[in-house]
Amino acid sequence: MFDFSLESPKKRVMIDDSLLYDFLVIGGGPAGLNAALYAKRKGLAVGLITKDIGGQLHNTTNIENYLGFQQLEGKDLSAKFDQHLQQLNVPVISDAQVIQVEKVGEIFRIHLEQDRDIQAKTVLIATGGKPRHLEIPGEKEYANKGVSYCTICDAPFFKDKRVIVAGGGNSAADAVLDLVPYASEIIVVHRSQWRADKILLDKLDKLPNLSVHLDTQILEVIGDSHLKGIRVLDKLIQQTRIIAADGLFIHIGTEPNSHFVKHLVQFNERQEIIVDTHQMTSLPGLFAAGDVTDQPYKQIIISAAEGANAALSASHYLTHQYKGE
Amino acid sequence: MNHLLTLEIQEQIKEFLKAMKDPVTFVLFTKNEACETCQMTQMLLKEITGLSSKLTLIEKDLVSDQQTAKQYHVSLAPSFVLLDKDGVYKGVKFNGIPAGHEINSFLSAILDMSGREFELDKESIARIQKIDKDVNIKVFVTLSCPHCPGAVSKAHRLALLNPHIEAEMIEAQTFMDLSQKYNVSGVPKIVINDTHELVGNQPIEAFLQEMERL
Repeated sequence: MFDFSLESPKKRVMIDDSLLYDFLVIGGGPAGLNAALYAKRKGLAVGLITKDIGGQLHNTTNIENYLGFQQLEGKDLSAKFDQHLQQLNVPVISDAQVIQVEKVGEIFRIHLEQDRDIQAKTVLIATGGKPRHLEIPGEKEYANKGVSYCTICDAPFFKDKRVIVAGGGNSAADAVLDLVPYASEIIVVHRSQWRADKILLDKLDKLPNLSVHLDTQILEVIGDSHLKGIRVLDKLIQQTRIIAADGLFIHIGTEPNSHFVKHLVQFNERQEIIVDTHQMTSLPGLFAAGDVTDQPYKQIIISAAEGANAALSASHYLTHQYKGE
Repeated sequence: MNHLLTLEIQEQIKEFLKAMKDPVTFVLFTKNEACETCQMTQMLLKEITGLSSKLTLIEKDLVSDQQTAKQYHVSLAPSFVLLDKDGVYKGVKFNGIPAGHEINSFLSAILDMSGREFELDKESIARIQKIDKDVNIKVFVTLSCPHCPGAVSKAHRLALLNPHIEAEMIEAQTFMDLSQKYNVSGVPKIVINDTHELVGNQPIEAFLQEMERL
């Protein structure tokens, strides 16, 4: 049977380019959506700009750690968030790419593609992350020739094949579970020890066709016209060897989508935006929340909470610190 | 028989289809043998057609209606094309069932074909319309791929803007042989005139660059 993942078919309220917004949210994942919800309820003139409502929720099959929902799919949680927001008529641009953010006096100017400019008193960067790459030889060459960063998208191409999952966190463990209906054999390779939740690891323990290689670093992706395997370093015995496979699914965390504010705020060495306890960046009036910040635990509920924190902090900032008109 | 679409989704789609301007016709090709998803696709199209008075469904058999199939360059089943208000084929085609995430590219195609205006800058439109070679764009998808409908919709819009361009979604699991022929192991994968390839939900600019290179 087929399901249907309908994306917000309702008509959205449009963003008015001539308005000066109180709080403009960039990013449509859990952090951005929750921030917009809280800001709207506070009575702020709020708008949301995103490429994709739901953000990284769409890459997640199973969510079992969002309080109140014992188990649901990422796209369903995204739809619930979106429905909640639509009831409040938050204006949204849902397919726009932000090119640059600048602050002129007390006002932020957000430049979008196709020469659109939107102005706001405060801005929230909630642009999340994109899949982190291993940055090893062969990875680029075999992208989509066996290397994948989206397991739910590409798992069907690996029916009865031998596949490798790179990573040791929850998303790597989830990727293993997403591959179970298709792959004949799954091999996890991770450079250190598991970081995934025990409850997930217990599930993996029961899989007959899974093998796990910890303390094993991937050095190179090898193959001919298609991926044939990886060369790894077994760190315990300091020896390299080849693991043969047809596919490599890379889930080693995310890289923050922060480049467009690089000139504005302070970053840590992982290119994450540094925020204070009020989600404020080093530039007054500019906030950040979710996976794009230096908060170490990339979790849906933490991102959503940071979004709420940012909206409430922005509201406070507008009342007490904002110096413009 | 049970419905494919739940009542809630039917209501949402009905609301969405209210934005249609002009009528749109689906021409669906199925076959009796060796077609796992033909019946499901037929059900889906029937149910969607029932949600708007501006939609019409014409059903054809791929084997016995070869001439019609040829007219729309259809060689697979299930496969369907969208026709505009004058019954003109503009190169918008789906091979396989647009279920899962792909319901979104299907609904977009209906609205676009009905004459809804879509946002695209004048410069890009001018470049798209300047292309004077025949272009076929295949977009391979899986139904669990969240980035795929965006790529499909862009390809379909290119087809709508230029009569030389034909754009087709191909559901990779239904047409595994075709996917293997085009070495698809990651989606969305875009193949232009069987020779030029793009991977991922690319911007219109990337499509344009490849098409201008043909």
